[in-house]
Amino acid sequence: MRVRSLSRILAAAALFGLSFEGAAEPPDRSKPPQPGPAIPLRLPETSRLKLSNGIPVFLVERHKVPLAQVLVVLRGGASTDPANRPGLASLTADLLDRGAGARSALEISDLADTLGASVAAGAGWDTSSVGINVPVARLSDAMPLLSDLVRNPTFPSEELERVRQERLTEMVQWKDDPAEIAATAFARAVYGTHPYGRRPEGNPASMRSVTREDVLRYHAARYTAGAAAIVAVGDLRATEMLARLERAFGSWSAGSTPPASAPPAAPQLSGRRVVLVDKPDAPQSQIWIGRVGPPRSTPDYFALFVSNTILGGSFTSRLNHNLRETKGYSYGAFSQFDYRLSTGPFLASAAVQTDKTGPALTEFFRELEGIREEVPAEELARARNYTALRYPAGFETDAQVAGRVSDQFVYGLPDDYFNTYVSRIQAVTAAEVRRVAQQWFDPRNCAIVIVGDRRRIEPQIAALNLGPITVRSIDEVLESKGKSGTR
Amino acid sequence: MTLSPALLLSLFAAAAPALAQTAVPLPAPLSNASPAGPPGSSAAACPRIDVPYTQFQLANGLNVILHEDHTVPLVAVDLWFRVGSAREKPGRTGLAHLFEHILFEGSSHVKPGEFDKLLEGVGGDNNGSTNNDRTNYYEVLPANALDLALFLESDRMGFLLDVLSPARVDQQRDVVKNERRERIENQPYGMASIRIEEEIFPAGHPYHSPVIGSMEDLTAATHDDVAAFFRSFYSPANASVVVSGDFQTEDARRKIETWFSDVAAGPRPPVLAAAPAVLAAEKRVTLEDRVQLPRLYMAWITPAQFHPGDEALDLLSSVLASGKNSRLYKRLVYDLQIAQDVSAVQDSRALASMFLIAVTAREGHTLTEIERVVQEELDRVKREPPSARELERALNQYEAGFYRALERNRDKADLMNAYDMEAGRPDYFNEDLARHRALDGRDVQSIARRQLPNDARVVLSVVPTGKTALAASRPKGGSR
Repeated sequence: MRVRSLSRILAAAALFGLSFEGAAEPPDRSKPPQPGPAIPLRLPETSRLKLSNGIPVFLVERHKVPLAQVLVVLRGGASTDPANRPGLASLTADLLDRGAGARSALEISDLADTLGASVAAGAGWDTSSVGINVPVARLSDAMPLLSDLVRNPTFPSEELERVRQERLTEMVQWKDDPAEIAATAFARAVYGTHPYGRRPEGNPASMRSVTREDVLRYHAARYTAGAAAIVAVGDLRATEMLARLERAFGSWSAGSTPPASAPPAAPQLSGRRVVLVDKPDAPQSQIWIGRVGPPRSTPDYFALFVSNTILGGSFTSRLNHNLRETKGYSYGAFSQFDYRLSTGPFLASAAVQTDKTGPALTEFFRELEGIREEVPAEELARARNYTALRYPAGFETDAQVAGRVSDQFVYGLPDDYFNTYVSRIQAVTAAEVRRVAQQWFDPRNCAIVIVGDRRRIEPQIAALNLGPITVRSIDEVLESKGKSGTR
Repeated sequence: MTLSPALLLSLFAAAAPALAQTAVPLPAPLSNASPAGPPGSSAAACPRIDVPYTQFQLANGLNVILHEDHTVPLVAVDLWFRVGSAREKPGRTGLAHLFEHILFEGSSHVKPGEFDKLLEGVGGDNNGSTNNDRTNYYEVLPANALDLALFLESDRMGFLLDVLSPARVDQQRDVVKNERRERIENQPYGMASIRIEEEIFPAGHPYHSPVIGSMEDLTAATHDDVAAFFRSFYSPANASVVVSGDFQTEDARRKIETWFSDVAAGPRPPVLAAAPAVLAAEKRVTLEDRVQLPRLYMAWITPAQFHPGDEALDLLSSVLASGKNSRLYKRLVYDLQIAQDVSAVQDSRALASMFLIAVTAREGHTLTEIERVVQEELDRVKREPPSARELERALNQYEAGFYRALERNRDKADLMNAYDMEAGRPDYFNEDLARHRALDGRDVQSIARRQLPNDARVVLSVVPTGKTALAASRPKGGSR
């Protein structure tokens, strides 16, 4: 630590007005400087409170920029869509700011813009949420708006028609985008008829047939105080904020106990199959390889996080190093688990140049086999450090903090989760990494989706004998024409 | 400059793959961009933005700016080289961006592959981006590892060429070609921005060529070309570093003085001079692409970043296309329902900016129909000033977007570098806001009149392959 102590002396000297202009000692470049003593992550306290009707409230004061983020989270998202109405949760959320209380869609937009507020409503797999981010000086004007959006949407018929057309058009545009095509085919290939086999946005058939009554029913069942939590983060005072929230949401009736919001566990894939979606003349092929993964509640979460970091979760990961930095087949390759209340997918993916589709697949499977072996100590240490020590970077913005606190609520994470995260990652052993890798990265039982120029890539793929190949057109994938869920 | 994400034309090219991207689709975003907001007439005035900093220059010419932010135990090191694609010669396009890749491949004291390994080993992330005017490189890492970032940045600034091998360059050429395939060629409408720049900036203008370069030029660049480019532009005298985060200023100052002390001064490249780009006529262009829906683009050459008019064009873009009540959104998407989306942006740059409107047609509608409405709205904003309410919405959105850009150390550091380079001081925040706040509706009306003429612009129709009939056809006679 020569460099470090030197700078301390120099800093002290500077206090006494000494000048060292041009007198800096040349640095020691013989080895990389080691970090100083670890700095503990000083997270602001989360105040855990309740409104009079029982809604849990999480407040975090951060006096950095004059903004506030208020997020209303509701248990229940796309996985609670009725079987014949995929996309209903997402559509409902989308319609909240198209008419609420006494205001029309245009009036809501006018008010939000004038307040400098950013309003975001949406549904993921596990939750629906409405967030507002606003300069704190105008928070008091924004709260009644937020309350109306959540509690009193009016769902005007003409706005439903607007959003219906917008979404149907979006789905037409998916045909242009290889990643959208691949995402749709991948969900279907891994999950078949399980709710996770659909897109959270739904499909053209459901968007054409969904009615205002469907939306009203979904809102009545799911947007209740009993399903809600509120997170407020930013340049605010907890007591004052709690009073604001009580005024806005305290009279919201709890409603009936919300129904379960997680689908059952999906069956694991057995064997290997290839879905090839033809996108004529595509200069690259989208490769998506995956299978059913564990739910967010898995006790293996930390070991899997480290293990996936090694496989495809960082720039130096094996997949990216191999496909990008060694072979140059791709701009980047990665892998991830998408953790949900139930069994979300594992995915390894890259966009690779068309003429290297076969060789790229070979490298993917080399790495998926290789990660099941013992990981060298140096690689494991780097992955643990990368995962653990970058944790503070997820707490820079109010919206980031609100999202993390919201995850605690949705996934039932313990109150001390943030403060124990780093040590739990650092405690992951080589043996655990190997055990979870053998369980979850199984290259013999997986789905392989490839979107590319069939004429040029089918021979390359067939030569690898990965498994039976099903060829689909883009229209089949995106409009659910023909066979579905043939597993 | 505009703080909202410049959706359409940002050709910022990242070195790292989008590892953070969510591969499994999230719920669809709201189709009208959620407004980033600013303040209101009735609402309380928002506080002054205070970003204290220390600035100094090393003997070798490196510009240094330090800003303490103790919110989280992180530091962001944001290093700019004043070199972008504007410095490239014809036939050798893409070099600035290629360097954005090469600079991660090792230097004299950092073995190939070690740059990223060392940073990940301490919990750090990094990336870079390239545009016409500058290249940026950053590390975000735990505050106790600041020395490592400075070691890596100083080593590649001072000691790169000694170990740069043709093989490493070739390897990154392949990656960059795949970047071009992934982000441009295999993206719907991906070629539009390249085509617009080619049409609007004449051959010979520094902004004529695409930031990412052409496939031919990427192949053609020799090792000597690459080395010469580095010697010309990657010296400390042509660089600026902002460090923002959890440190003590004097401590960080000494670390920087130490790590960069053995980096040789090198040349300071001459100021880039370019004859003003002038568009003498309306140019109408049609591009066929593998897309379902036609999209209309209209582009004008506009005043450079921070030059008079730049700020009024920011507000004009908001009046036209931000929020459901904005003029183009309300007409085209909300009322007529003939368009799927609209956007407008003042894409501010150092030599000349570009004002860009883009509208995607709904199925069954032609770009001729779309253009007629766009033109009506352009005529209207030139005829009468926007209302006070429209201005208020635009300003309040702008201001709130501004605060959001100050939340993250890296964003703040990058903004400070931009301010320092283009406006002459790193804490230009309040002035930047003030130049927008000083405007009224007549300023917006008059900038539209002066800067968005009908007879000097590029009108690009991107249509599905084989469907050129959907393109915007020149209207016959009429009010134009």
